[in-house]
Amino acid sequence: MIKRSHFTSKFLAYLLITPQILVTLTFFYWPAAQGMLQSVMLSDPFGQRNQFVWLDNFIGIFTDPLYLKSVGITLVFSFAVAVLAILSGLLIATMANRALIAKTPIRTLLIWPYAVAPAISGILWLFLLHPSFGVIAIFIKRRLGIDWNPVLNGTDAFIMVVLASAWKQISYNFVFFMAGLQAVPHSLIEAAAMDGAGPFRRFWAITLPLLSPTLFFLMVMNVIYAFFETFGVIHTVTQGGPGGATTTLVYKVYQDGFIGLNLGSSAAQSVVLMALIVTITVLQFKYVERKVQYTV
Amino acid sequence: MVERTPILDTLTYVFLMLGICIVGFPIFYTIVAATLPLDEVSKIPMPLMPGDQFWVNVKAAWAQGNLGRQLFNSFIMASGITVGKIVVSMLGAFSIVYFDYRFRKIAFATVFCTLMLPVEVRILPTYEIAANLFGPLQWLVDALHLNTLLQWWVGNEVDIQLEWSLLDSYTGLILPLVASATCTFLFRQFFLTVPEELCEAAKLDGASAMMFFRKILLPLSKTNIAALVVIEFVYGWNQYLWPLLITTDPGMTTAVIGLQELIPQIDDVPKWNVALAGALLVMLPPILVVLSMQRWFVKGLVEREK
Repeated sequence: MIKRSHFTSKFLAYLLITPQILVTLTFFYWPAAQGMLQSVMLSDPFGQRNQFVWLDNFIGIFTDPLYLKSVGITLVFSFAVAVLAILSGLLIATMANRALIAKTPIRTLLIWPYAVAPAISGILWLFLLHPSFGVIAIFIKRRLGIDWNPVLNGTDAFIMVVLASAWKQISYNFVFFMAGLQAVPHSLIEAAAMDGAGPFRRFWAITLPLLSPTLFFLMVMNVIYAFFETFGVIHTVTQGGPGGATTTLVYKVYQDGFIGLNLGSSAAQSVVLMALIVTITVLQFKYVERKVQYTV
Repeated sequence: MVERTPILDTLTYVFLMLGICIVGFPIFYTIVAATLPLDEVSKIPMPLMPGDQFWVNVKAAWAQGNLGRQLFNSFIMASGITVGKIVVSMLGAFSIVYFDYRFRKIAFATVFCTLMLPVEVRILPTYEIAANLFGPLQWLVDALHLNTLLQWWVGNEVDIQLEWSLLDSYTGLILPLVASATCTFLFRQFFLTVPEELCEAAKLDGASAMMFFRKILLPLSKTNIAALVVIEFVYGWNQYLWPLLITTDPGMTTAVIGLQELIPQIDDVPKWNVALAGALLVMLPPILVVLSMQRWFVKGLVEREK
């Protein structure tokens, strides 16, 4: 789309768009192309010799039990983080939307964790769940009698990483649910109340269906967050351990490529991630378009 | 509310308080721990009353790591990304919306396709390009055999080596994260809603394109810019993977990464009070930005993702 009334200077137009195009080509397209090229190559760690190996790297990763395990971990991880963060966000937002007094302070108190870096969220939860010092860990051990040790036990470490990642994301979801709830027409709620629907019935029959686009959007965003941005949590808190129990796909790309210098395998893993994110994006846009047609 | 529901209303507030407590507990506990001396913080269970050792712990954290320098780096990186992103994407969107030229659609598609390609999926190749920004040019030189051509022309041994490394530099921390399809898209959407008459009137009055941009579009975009400032500052400050990759010098890395040095490992003296005082210090700037600009933050977050 372009404005009916516009300017004609071609030189200026190209000049204005140049920085964006230059940075995009240099840091998006060139690396993406290099990554794809690298993914069908076998190279020594010093990058001196390259040999074309067809899809060997892809076959390699998909027959590697460690990679498949990491796929499973990532799926469970992102599902757990997304569901936990979305449900908490929805619950709190619904309550906050009902509240009549102190709206602004309530919102303020719920928003700020957005600004906490995932890595720092990891540190806070490591302290809370630390087997020797953590207050929650001590509660779990003494009161519930569970032998809790996220430093040594894989499942416990996994739970800790999920909690740290989901906690930070609650405020993000909260903001979107608040915006969505405020857009629900009050007349609909009132009409339903006149027809005798109670608060819970109104929530299920009116509010939740109207929130479904927000819900879908947040599901996508939370999964993307869990896939990519939680790298900081994992790197500070568990380094993928113990025994690979918290090695997500992104962490594995980093580990294999940057630490292990297995360039071909790391590139193939990157390509898989790229394909995944492109699929998610396309799906999301398709859905958004359908939604627009539906409302018009 | 529609009807009177005293029980449900009470429950609402109870749950709300509970929610706020759960969300706030980690931070409350951190603040308490950061104010206690070492022997108190190692007590089981740790007391829940704040102590008076906050400054001592902050000083210890400051002295132990390279926190002062790293906070400065974080600040440079976050502001650089914020300013860079907004300037680059605003100019780009201006070009796409207000000019007509042959490659306009291609330019837009090129930017738009990168909408969701985070740095995390192209770790190594992006690192390689940062290690030598002239990599593509070098590739061109090699592919066209410019070396041989030049040798033939000059007559003696010439070797073209193009190298410009961004590792351990502010440029390297900032530049790769400056390209942002989301911001460009946001400004494009906003510019499309600006009334046509404004541009027509400006043109009638003989204003140049840049004059129109500066005098009319820029003031109109104020709230959008404010919203993006909050979000991009937080984004830049909280970056983890990229600074981890391209900085090896502890004096060039950011505070969020530097914090890891402070976490007590299994055999260390458990100086959690110092580690958490450091963590508080590092998370304070983005929290202050979000809280002080809350209104724009909420608007920006919700509109940005549309």
